[in-house]
Amino acid sequence: MIGTDAEIRKLSNAIAEMGGVAEANLSRALDALSRRDAALAAEVILDDKRLDRMEKQVDEQAVRILMMRQPMARDLRAVISGLKIASTLERVGDMAKNTAKRAQILAEGPAHRSIGPVVRMGRQSLQQLTQALDAYANGDLELARQVWRRDVEVDELYNSVFRELLTYMMEDPRTIGACAQLMFVAKNIERIGDHATFIAEMTSYVVSAEAPPPADERPKAPLEAGFDEPEDSAPASGAAPSVGSNAG
Amino acid sequence: MTLTMENPAAQAAPRNDLKFACRGVNVHYGDAHAIKDLAIDIEDRLVTAFIGPSGCGKSTFLRCLNRMNDTISICRVTGDLKLDGEDIYAPRVDPVQLRARVGMVFQKPNPFPKSIYDNVAYGPRIHGLTSSREELDALVESSLTKAGLWGEVKDRLDKPGTGLSGGQQQRLCIARAIATKPEVLLMDEPCSALDPIATDRIEQLIGDLRSQFCIVIVTHSMQQAARVSQKTAFFHLGHLVEYGDTADIFNKPRDKRTEDYINGRFG
Ligand SMILES: Nc1ncnc2c1ncn2[C@@H]1O[C@H](COP(=O)(O)OP(=O)(O)OP(=O)(O)O)[C@@H](O)[C@H]1O
Ligand SMILES: [Mg+2]
Repeated sequence: MIGTDAEIRKLSNAIAEMGGVAEANLSRALDALSRRDAALAAEVILDDKRLDRMEKQVDEQAVRILMMRQPMARDLRAVISGLKIASTLERVGDMAKNTAKRAQILAEGPAHRSIGPVVRMGRQSLQQLTQALDAYANGDLELARQVWRRDVEVDELYNSVFRELLTYMMEDPRTIGACAQLMFVAKNIERIGDHATFIAEMTSYVVSAEAPPPADERPKAPLEAGFDEPEDSAPASGAAPSVGSNAG
Repeated sequence: MTLTMENPAAQAAPRNDLKFACRGVNVHYGDAHAIKDLAIDIEDRLVTAFIGPSGCGKSTFLRCLNRMNDTISICRVTGDLKLDGEDIYAPRVDPVQLRARVGMVFQKPNPFPKSIYDNVAYGPRIHGLTSSREELDALVESSLTKAGLWGEVKDRLDKPGTGLSGGQQQRLCIARAIATKPEVLLMDEPCSALDPIATDRIEQLIGDLRSQFCIVIVTHSMQQAARVSQKTAFFHLGHLVEYGDTADIFNKPRDKRTEDYINGRFG
């Protein structure tokens, strides 16, 4: 193997592995939520440390490649996007962990009818994440484009779950505690959808050298007003660097 | 969002006047075909980098631009090479005059075994560019200043140029090359024998000179090409494979061979 090939491949493998752990943790957090399984939630919380370590390893690998190989063009973009995706996956892991923590709290109380819809929304986000990672691993622009377009669906699910939870809280104030937990979980899941979108954008960046669009150009359902976080909470929003020209 | 594949962008329109227009250039060394049907336009007042694997013909083509190949007996150059619209291989062109317009700096600093002053004054003297000692002094000083060497040598102008450090010698050669007030500066791997600090000085110098000259530099350092040039030409096996804006060549090359080469994947 000559040049950067072998090292870029190792980096991609490390990202794929990290993606696998993030997916598994999200999936198990959703299981813990739907089955109200506090023990499983505890496992997810512990396992998040692994993602933190993996992110560090990806960082180190990327720095090594930059230092020793000074890659150009697609290889350079692979390293840059690798760094960004590793930090995105680390945050997905944090959201899975946070979901697991709330699943522990919810496991102590009675079952709530909104758990089902939130978990379904979670599965949708998980599927988006899986496909985004597949698109990235295979440089599949078509799949990336699909993921990118479908984030609206998660947003719409979020809005409907959000309204549903508000209604329950108003109907029965005794459920406010559980509903508030679920609102945070729903928000986590909505953000994971955004992270999947970002990974899809990175796929396009690596393959086509096009810098991703500004975050506000994403197809996005307007989120429930007043309860959403400010715009800048979008994941690692947008701008991938491009090699500047020496003109001017 | 454009999730589409990059269109192979058409070659960017020139920003500046053309200095060289070359068409159908072929170079043979005896039977060996070193440059194959090459066409390129080189713009004025910017830096063009030639990159490519060893033996691909970068130096050969560079030497066509000031007829330095004339000095190699087995070398035969054919085709159309125009400088400011004039055929530089036309019989009435004096290669010595041409080389005063198209200066050259080589890989190994090669000062003459003369004083620092005489190294720089050599060209202006043979071309009769100055009419008095004062004028010549001023030209030597301004050339050394432009080359970023004046401060280091002004007290030892009568000392031999060969007594300078490698980086200083290279800057002396640049001062010598620009003393004849050329329009074009050809540089064949000018930094390959220099340390990173001396390299940085030469690169800064290239940046400073760019507004006054057409500069063509051959380099094996992709990072150097990306740093100093605005246009990059990739050569492979005597062909010009890809030529375009430096940012595009190093960001989104159109040809797989370019992408492989700039990432060190050529076997
Ligand atoms: N004086 C010469 N006599 C015969 N063949 C030559 C001569 N100079 C160059 N060649 C041949 O022409 C081809 C192109 O050589 P050239 O020196 O232009 O390559 P280059 O791209 O500058 O390589 P490098 O990066 O190693 O300097 C090579 O095959 C080389 O062997
Ligand atoms: Mg050469």
